[in-house]
Amino acid sequence: MAVVTLTIDDKPVSARAGDSVLAAAREAGIRIPTLCHLDGVSEAAACRLCLVQVEGRGRLQAACVTETAEGMIVRTQTDTLREYRRMILELLFTEGNHVCAVCVANGNCELQSLAAELGMDHVRYPYLNPARPVDVTHKQYAIDHNRCILCTRCVRTCDEIEGAHTWDVAGRGTLSHIVADMGQPWGESVTCTSCGKCVQACPTGALFRQGSTVAEMTKDREKLGDLVTARRDKKWTV
Amino acid sequence: MNHDELERIAGAERTAAKPAEIRCCTSSGCRASGSADVLKQLKAAVQAKGLSDRVAAVGVGCPGLCSAGPVVSTHPGGAVFGKVTSGHADGIVSTLSGGSTDAVRIDPNQPFFAKQFRIVRATVGQIDPERIESYIAADGYAGLYQALQQRPDEIVANVTASGLRGRGGAGYPTGLKWATVAKMPPGQKYVICNGDEGDPGAFMDRSVMEDAPHQVLEGMAIAAYAVGANQGYVYVRAEYPLAIERLQAAIHQATKAGVLGGNIFQTPFEFKVEIRIGAGAFVCGEETALIASVQGLRGTPRPRPPYPAESGLWDRPTLINNVETFATIPAILRNGANWFAGIGTATSKGTKIFSLTGKVKNAGLVEVPMGTTLREVVEQLGGGTADGRAVKAVQTGGPSGGCIPADLLDTPIDYESLGRIGSIMGSGGMIVMDDTDRMPEVARFFMEFCADESCGKCVPCRVGTVQLHGLLTKLVEKRATRHDLDLLIELCHFVKDTSLCGLGQSAPNPVLSTLRYFAGEYEALLQPEEFARPPRRSAIPLTVL
Repeated sequence: MAVVTLTIDDKPVSARAGDSVLAAAREAGIRIPTLCHLDGVSEAAACRLCLVQVEGRGRLQAACVTETAEGMIVRTQTDTLREYRRMILELLFTEGNHVCAVCVANGNCELQSLAAELGMDHVRYPYLNPARPVDVTHKQYAIDHNRCILCTRCVRTCDEIEGAHTWDVAGRGTLSHIVADMGQPWGESVTCTSCGKCVQACPTGALFRQGSTVAEMTKDREKLGDLVTARRDKKWTV
Repeated sequence: MNHDELERIAGAERTAAKPAEIRCCTSSGCRASGSADVLKQLKAAVQAKGLSDRVAAVGVGCPGLCSAGPVVSTHPGGAVFGKVTSGHADGIVSTLSGGSTDAVRIDPNQPFFAKQFRIVRATVGQIDPERIESYIAADGYAGLYQALQQRPDEIVANVTASGLRGRGGAGYPTGLKWATVAKMPPGQKYVICNGDEGDPGAFMDRSVMEDAPHQVLEGMAIAAYAVGANQGYVYVRAEYPLAIERLQAAIHQATKAGVLGGNIFQTPFEFKVEIRIGAGAFVCGEETALIASVQGLRGTPRPRPPYPAESGLWDRPTLINNVETFATIPAILRNGANWFAGIGTATSKGTKIFSLTGKVKNAGLVEVPMGTTLREVVEQLGGGTADGRAVKAVQTGGPSGGCIPADLLDTPIDYESLGRIGSIMGSGGMIVMDDTDRMPEVARFFMEFCADESCGKCVPCRVGTVQLHGLLTKLVEKRATRHDLDLLIELCHFVKDTSLCGLGQSAPNPVLSTLRYFAGEYEALLQPEEFARPPRRSAIPLTVL
């Protein structure tokens, strides 16, 4: 297996050829914030939080889909990048109806913790206050579109790990929304296996198990990645 | 099909041609103003006057001057009539035998026609786009025949030497793209023609597909042979029903004639073409979104690399070029790379079609050599504004492009020069604005378009364009302050730098370019701050240059 060495934030890092900059950074203990990335499923490169500066490339690159290369020089923490990341979060907060105080995921939400981590303490743009529905037709789970940030982790998890492809995206622009099957209520979906993997994958309180208290809203995301590794490497025990 | 047969068809077509022809434009523009009826009446008038053996009334492609449609011309003689109604039919037919008509005469030698240099649209307006024989008589498919006498790598070298660059907007060297696909290991490869023209005010590709469908197919076949593909797709937007109809007919005729399908020109080369119809999404003009759409998936872009040349349609190497790019290829094969490289400027070769719209007098399609100045196009070919007001700006490149102020109209049209002044060549939309147009409103219009057309995949484009549109609305409605203008500029840089695909990356361009040249108009709309704000600290520059 070929190995490449590169520099991330002035730190020499080695990576397996084909690894993404994000994977290499994580292995070296360098944190790059992400929202749409989820271990175990393909990359969407949609949230743009993991944008980094790569020397010699004009455009900012999404670390999750940029392959490492020998001698590459990467910066993950410039002033501009930090500002842009805060702006991404600001825009997400204006787009949906994110009210942490009354959210089931309060304290267990990646959007919330990223805002705290990146110092996004206020929003400068007007809130769009969209009218979005809540679907509680499923007997165990529910989807609250107000809290959805369209990261499509659920779509990819359902398609790639569960193999059901119940979820997909309909509409476009800010009217984009997650749909079950052909737009039926979730409870009427004939493809949903009620496995709950999408609920585990969801970074916010958009997908949740009904009847759980806020304290019970912790999600076990590692399980999804472990499942993929186990299937791929036929290694079911640690 | 072989070379003799090609010549036989061309010969037969020329022999069958009547001494006189009355040509009526039957493309979308003129059709919308009733040219189908006009053609019917012209045919009836020829019949009624008993001239059928000497005169033919035929439908042809768009002669370009759309603002004067329906346009009819008579040959020989070359008289051109505009705004023709079916009532004029008798009179126009009689002019061939010395009669007169009250139809509006258009000067065929005016700069709009005389200053054009036609390569892509060379046969348009002269041949019947619905008959392959008509195209063959105008040297059609001779380029494909010549291509098949060469090795594929010779063709790639030829296209590279011609200096042709992609006409879809970005100007990527066509030869380099072909070489990349050709160098991928042999196996299933695809050729896709991007006919998803969606810029507001742009209709060059529609005209090429409607008026010279065979030329597009010939270009695609040559490309397929050069890169080693055997299957092609033409992706046309559903809003172009006539283009779809004519392409469909052209594919059928070409397959029947043996210039598409198996054993083309009795060689082992095989190439089939199918049409895929878009469902009205601007973003599907972006190549990776287009490929997803052809595969029947949701039309959203994906990060590149891998580029389609390496992994495109169904993960196979795919050559994807614009309609106009493909339609340029046959002429390069027939006349040689050197001939083509001799036209244009040092870095931008050949000609480019523009659709002149907006406040211009002669609205329509013009094809000019690269290096022609914007002033020549707008003032000479376009004839200035319709009501004589001063030209204020020219918008090129649609929602991805910029507004060029009147004092920069002497800029030559080439990829680099337009880029330097904050606009782009784009696919060829050219919207002329006069002194009654308000730039912040123009910027808002394009931003509304982008917000509407954003696929919703990445955050900066999905939400950023909506917020930009909100800020511009606030500004236009005179509710914005200096603080809002700062936010606007900052957000423009952000959307430009962080979006996933070209749509988002270029969406702020109309705002940035109007801010650059017409900052005064924005300033004039600002309201005083209600309360003092602390000086802003940001890593993002608040300038537009």
